[in-house]
Amino acid sequence: MSDTATTAPSPATETAPSAAVSVNGLVKRYDEVEAVRGIDFDVAAGEIFGFLGPNGAGKSTTINMLCTLVRPSGGSALVAGHDVVAERDEVRRNIGLVFQDTTLDGYLSAEQNLRLHAELYGVPRELVDERMRQVMEIVGLWERRDSWVNTFSGGMKRRLEIARGLLHSPRVLFLDEPTVGLDPQTRSSIWRYIRELKEREDITIFLTTHYMDEAEYCDRIAIMDQGRIIVLDTPEALKAKVGKDRVQIETDDDQAAIAALRERFDIEATVAEGAVTFGVEEGGQFVPRLFDEWDPAHPPIRSVSVARPSLDDVFMSYTGTTIRDAESGQTDTRRNFARMMSR
Amino acid sequence: MATDTKAPHTGSPAPDDRVPVGRSGAQQQIARVRVPTRSLRSELRAIKVVWKRELIRFSRDRLRILTSLMQPFLFLFVLGTGLSRLASAGTHGVNLRTFVYPGVLCMAVMFTAMFSAASLVWDREFGFLREMMVAPVRRSSLVLGKCFGGATVAGFQGVIVLCLAGLVGVPYNATLIIEVFALQLLLAFAITAFGVMVAARITQMQSFMALMQMAIMPMYFLSGALFPVAGLPQWLEILNRLDPLTYAVDPMRRAVFAHLNISDAARRALDPGVTWWSWHVPGLVEAAVVALLGLAMLTIAIVEFSRAE
Repeated sequence: MSDTATTAPSPATETAPSAAVSVNGLVKRYDEVEAVRGIDFDVAAGEIFGFLGPNGAGKSTTINMLCTLVRPSGGSALVAGHDVVAERDEVRRNIGLVFQDTTLDGYLSAEQNLRLHAELYGVPRELVDERMRQVMEIVGLWERRDSWVNTFSGGMKRRLEIARGLLHSPRVLFLDEPTVGLDPQTRSSIWRYIRELKEREDITIFLTTHYMDEAEYCDRIAIMDQGRIIVLDTPEALKAKVGKDRVQIETDDDQAAIAALRERFDIEATVAEGAVTFGVEEGGQFVPRLFDEWDPAHPPIRSVSVARPSLDDVFMSYTGTTIRDAESGQTDTRRNFARMMSR
Repeated sequence: MATDTKAPHTGSPAPDDRVPVGRSGAQQQIARVRVPTRSLRSELRAIKVVWKRELIRFSRDRLRILTSLMQPFLFLFVLGTGLSRLASAGTHGVNLRTFVYPGVLCMAVMFTAMFSAASLVWDREFGFLREMMVAPVRRSSLVLGKCFGGATVAGFQGVIVLCLAGLVGVPYNATLIIEVFALQLLLAFAITAFGVMVAARITQMQSFMALMQMAIMPMYFLSGALFPVAGLPQWLEILNRLDPLTYAVDPMRRAVFAHLNISDAARRALDPGVTWWSWHVPGLVEAAVVALLGLAMLTIAIVEFSRAE
């Protein structure tokens, strides 16, 4: 994006010295499984960089390596100019972390949680009170500072964690699924702050997300699948490459419907999310035509949906599937619910 | 120390540590924090805050304070009183409650220390451990803070039992109180270190509790907390001498008995002292055994946590 280009003077050679994150051939192997299979990318200072992909794609492993929580099996990574293996503490001092699952102490008050963080990160004592008030006001929790964290809702906990991640003024803020489970209002206020933060504090934001619509707030997006980065570009460029509306129809016999689409409309369709899915230039105009020309001999259509091109479609066009939830259990349920509510 | 100016590409280093931030028109000052490089002072701060957290959490948990007092009360006043009717001949006139008092004190300390260490397993389960593990401090500082915290909490529990001394015929003597206090603090530290060492590997609460019970109960029963350590069958004597807890209970009992006004026969029968091949082990050596074991377990715990991801 244009404002990123001004802070990163040499876009041609992406290994600019000002890169906030610089990754070279990063690999993580667990016994026989290669979770991350050699990835390269740079994040310019001041950028909002999004990591998109299904669960199990290697996003969390990558973020954990960048946060010095997991040792890479190969390759190298620099965060805020420091090597994640050789200069672990330097890296930690310069990053803020908001994990997917809460890491707050529920039996302490909000303020006590932040104070504890300030002590662990060695925030100068004379600045603690002021900074704490600022970050808590940003997330709207200053009035609740004396409450036990256990009494907080999921959204409040997440806001508090973001405040905590900012407390020591990190150079790079890592957000692993930052807005999962938050109501739309909180989500947008968090995004507003994230963008404002980027402008004022010269902070770099590195986030992973499932939400395609949130990925669009990013300056650049890397789509990851099966341990590799499939594509890395701005959201606009990615969408321009797809350019089609997505139509999904439900029928009793998907294979027959796919054959019929090919035969009559010359459209290649696949089954995704339990429905026959295909792309057309103008979905809204295609649907009436579809019904006009749909032969009674074809399996009846139960429902139709049309969607404008989104990053979902980008993902699909590069990987052949929609973002799938490979996880199981409660987290998954929560996330699905959250996604559902966000639509 | 606070002059970490390594930021290589901060476009314009804020001259006065503040970057003005306008939020919807209103000018607001954002304090910019420079996190200092690692130093002894920052490690001490980390140790202190982890320690303090243990105290805050303990003080919030009134129920835990109350329930952990149940056991000593039961042992001292119910079991002690009941059994003393049977055992009056063997105790040479010494009240059984007085005899078991050091053992009961040790038990109170042990269980509290164990629960303190168990909180580490909860911390992992609820994610808070991660917040500590990613902080730019040494893992050893975290482990030390945790052990000091556990020891303080358990020591506090010990002090409550110490206050009961008068009720079971143990005099409130300054030297005695200082000795017993120091010994129980040492024990509290060693047991917490033991628990933290176990918690480094065991990630599930049920397994942790099962394992701790399996370790603590035999240790307690073999230690001589509830019986004199002389004239035992050989198998029991060997096990007793191998039990680390023996070396915490025995000096404590010596301290108590040193301040009792009782016959020599009673002293010989009830407070024979631990012997190694008929060598009378001095109390300080016994305390050193506990201290060394505690330090060894602390070291293992630190190594384990430093290795963890």
